[in-house]
Amino acid sequence: MSNTTIASILLASILTNNMVLSKFLGICPFLGVSKKTNTAFSMSIAVILVMVVSTAVTWPIYNYILSPDYTYLQTIVFILVIAAIVQLIEIVLKRYIKPVYNALGIYLPLITTNCAVLGITMLNITDGLNFVQSLVNAFGAGLGFMLAMLLFSGVRERLETADIPPFLKGLPITLVSAALVSLSFLGFAGIGG
Amino acid sequence: MEILLPVIIVAVIGLVAGVGLSLASKLMAVPVDEKQEKLAEALPGANCGACGYSGCEGYAAAMASGEASPDKCPVGGAATATAISEILGVEISAEERTAFIACKGNGEITKQKYGYVGMQSCTAASLLHAGPLECSFGCLGFGDCAAECPFDAIIVSDGKPMVCEEICVGCGKCISACPKSLISLIPKGHTVTVNCNNKAKGAAVVKNCGVSCIACRMCEKQCESGALKIVDNLAVIDYSLCNGCGKCKEVCKRGVLI
Repeated sequence: MSNTTIASILLASILTNNMVLSKFLGICPFLGVSKKTNTAFSMSIAVILVMVVSTAVTWPIYNYILSPDYTYLQTIVFILVIAAIVQLIEIVLKRYIKPVYNALGIYLPLITTNCAVLGITMLNITDGLNFVQSLVNAFGAGLGFMLAMLLFSGVRERLETADIPPFLKGLPITLVSAALVSLSFLGFAGIGG
Repeated sequence: MEILLPVIIVAVIGLVAGVGLSLASKLMAVPVDEKQEKLAEALPGANCGACGYSGCEGYAAAMASGEASPDKCPVGGAATATAISEILGVEISAEERTAFIACKGNGEITKQKYGYVGMQSCTAASLLHAGPLECSFGCLGFGDCAAECPFDAIIVSDGKPMVCEEICVGCGKCISACPKSLISLIPKGHTVTVNCNNKAKGAAVVKNCGVSCIACRMCEKQCESGALKIVDNLAVIDYSLCNGCGKCKEVCKRGVLI
């Protein structure tokens, strides 16, 4: 496996196949937590962490236990494993890295049910990536999530002060601007494979 | 029998995860501050955020680490403050506060500028030439404050809102509801209040309202502790200085100091 493939996987997962803006996974935190840049940042860090760790666990489970006969168990097993991992990470962080635990706060347990995390672990399997590639892909997807969150929190902070027509205030204008940000990411289609 | 193996696989993974988690939570249990747990129990648990922290849990943590003072919970009031002070082992000076409406005028005592017919709301009425009263500082009596009060502590009778001090917890929500800014929080058990908000000169005030401060300075001269001062033609009490002697009440000829 050459360095080029690693680089292209990373680039593709951040830009071309951006979790939020191209695959439309994890829309809930994208709309819910992007009001302020610093909360968006905390959430993204938590997502990156959970994505990489859960990929590291689900990939061996799929390839050594479920494959080839019981691949249909993928969804339920992955949900189970991810939920357990998130809680485990929470316990470990609380014990050993208290500042990080405090910074992540409520966002870590929220990720238990984040479809972007389940999405990336399942996409790794579907795309037939090997273990290292899967980890890189998960890390890239997390970075892509962070990029989307930070970009959009910037947009939303501007929206706070903008003169918006009353009928568009709140969620409507948020969805419209999310669509526009997403459109801009379509420009990356075709780059990096 | 084909169903058996998948069931076992899921069950085993679930079991491993469950055992792993419970082991982890035992092995890596963080000793939660006992004090903090007790504090969280003593708090009302409403998670209203009035203390300025994320919720009762956050406030308890802040108190346990000594960052917060124990008198920030307006919902629990004195009972909670006492319980908290026992846990923390400190004496607190949590004085209970009550809302106070600084006007005793109404349609009879205060002259009317015009007859108001319209939305029965102080905010609406105050938009029309500062309200129907000749006194532009006074209480309009439609009871916006009473509508705002979450504890039904303000009752409007005869066009005058009255604060029931036994019920009032001093949350201060009514303060922003009053378009005339008449409401403030004062200590419960006060002996004297200034029942006027008129900052105009004496002669004009007397003409318009029977209960009004004309800034005669009699009270200021009587006050030994220096708590009463005339500011902008109006008597103002500093409750932290007031010793409750009540001499000012005797000299007030306008019925403002009660």
